[in-house]
Amino acid sequence: MTLRGKTAIVGVAENRPTRYTEGATTLGMLADVAMRAIADAGLEPAEVDGLLTASFAEAPFMAPATVVEYMGLDVHYSGVVDLGGATGAGMVARAAAAIAAGLCETVVCTTAARRERRTTGGQRGSASSGFAGRRVDRTPESEFETPFGAIGANYGYAMIANRYRHEYGVTPGQLAKIAVAQRYNACHNPDALFFGQPISVEDVLASPMIVDPLHLLEIVMPAAGAAAVVVTSARKAKRLKQRPAYLLGAGEHTTHRGITYAPSLTNTAIKAAADAAFAMAGVRRKDIDLASLYDCYTITVLLTLEDAGFAKKGQGGAFVDGHNLQFDGDFPLNPHGGQLSFGQAGIAGGMSHVTEAARQVMGRAQGRQVRKCETAFVNGNGGIMSEQVSLILGRDR
Amino acid sequence: MPGELSPKTPYAKPLPDPNPVTQPFWDAAKEHRLRLQRSRKTGQFIHYPRAVSPFGANDELAWEDVSGRGHVWSYTVARRATAPQFESDVPYVIAIVELEEGPHLTANIIDCDPDTVRVGLPVEAAFVDVTPEITLVQFRPRSAPAE
Repeated sequence: MTLRGKTAIVGVAENRPTRYTEGATTLGMLADVAMRAIADAGLEPAEVDGLLTASFAEAPFMAPATVVEYMGLDVHYSGVVDLGGATGAGMVARAAAAIAAGLCETVVCTTAARRERRTTGGQRGSASSGFAGRRVDRTPESEFETPFGAIGANYGYAMIANRYRHEYGVTPGQLAKIAVAQRYNACHNPDALFFGQPISVEDVLASPMIVDPLHLLEIVMPAAGAAAVVVTSARKAKRLKQRPAYLLGAGEHTTHRGITYAPSLTNTAIKAAADAAFAMAGVRRKDIDLASLYDCYTITVLLTLEDAGFAKKGQGGAFVDGHNLQFDGDFPLNPHGGQLSFGQAGIAGGMSHVTEAARQVMGRAQGRQVRKCETAFVNGNGGIMSEQVSLILGRDR
Repeated sequence: MPGELSPKTPYAKPLPDPNPVTQPFWDAAKEHRLRLQRSRKTGQFIHYPRAVSPFGANDELAWEDVSGRGHVWSYTVARRATAPQFESDVPYVIAIVELEEGPHLTANIIDCDPDTVRVGLPVEAAFVDVTPEITLVQFRPRSAPAE
């Protein structure tokens, strides 16, 4: 069985990322953004018969029922998707599989992260991003990584970057160019956290070194926000008010959680996920009009360009040099600004790559619309290059 | 340096909380030995300790001492603390060490200038007694390269 063309994203909603939320509950944010996605699709809540939610601290268990009840839904399919930054993309793949299998017809997929100014506990002031903050003892991570300060994600991506530099080589300027292009895009997106704040390669390289070799401006800034999409059958999609973004392909690959145990730091699980998505979709790399790539760090984008097959292994730096990555360039990358410049709203940050690709394919991206955007590639990346989910969205089935 | 034991102030950094499966690792560390589980089926060493072999239920894992020698697989120098408890250590090295026996461990590279650490740097285990119960397995540069 293939999922090709069987389902489509037909509704999109997203909060403007903010540094903090004041008093909001994650549950309220999850429900609000989900309701707005349903309205965007031109649907009534009663027409939704499936729900996928990200995990959240306020509902350590039975999160799906908690959200269903809050929204007043009546569903035949529900679940938590817990793939870190790949959660958003993973939700779309799971929703499509459930719909194609006949379990349900219309699934709302919702993600949210609140972030209070005052936090108690948690190592990075992150209240409910799903990435950090809840200390759980007696895990391999707490026993064999945390005692050495291997905490958060910065150190892991820095180790990936250093290994990449050792094996293949990339200049600081090449990595910086990725952040600069995305900031240019964010300056065309009024919803971006860094709207109106352009940066140069020099700015990136002059920003403080946080973990060698990553500078401050190569690292996402934590934010709060929410994002949701509605996935429905192709049959139903045709009758709705929005132009659908059809799911043409999906692929997934996971091998590790902690970076210590990754089989390779430079040949990632992205390759298998992307190859599966392209094979299912039956499209070629050169058919892709837009790359919506998870970008927690600049090095993440470089590795994704290679392992998703857009650049040859080891040639990521040269690829960046040889292309204009702006939304109006020859290789449009993260036109919303990416998480580096749109904002990383915890678990919703990963979903922003799905919402943006869908909006672009639907032709609804306004001042940052990519010309002739018919086919988009999305990659979601969880943990430290752990869970990988690739999607291909298309204007036509 | 990371992991240094001060007699006056209690150790304030995160500590491992061993469980019955992992306790032999920490018991050996306390005796300044590095001990890992080894698969009888494949002969491969694994880390971290597990309740079941990744090679299947018909395998058995047995504890065995290893050399403590390896090289830096990759590393970073933290110029900002990765958590508040590590602020006084900045700059410090977090590394993944590839042991001669194969497995990878995360540790700090101690007893050296952080700016001299490179991918491939030969290292050896350095046992740091941080509390009466816990000895962390750290690594330090080794003068002679691996054979």
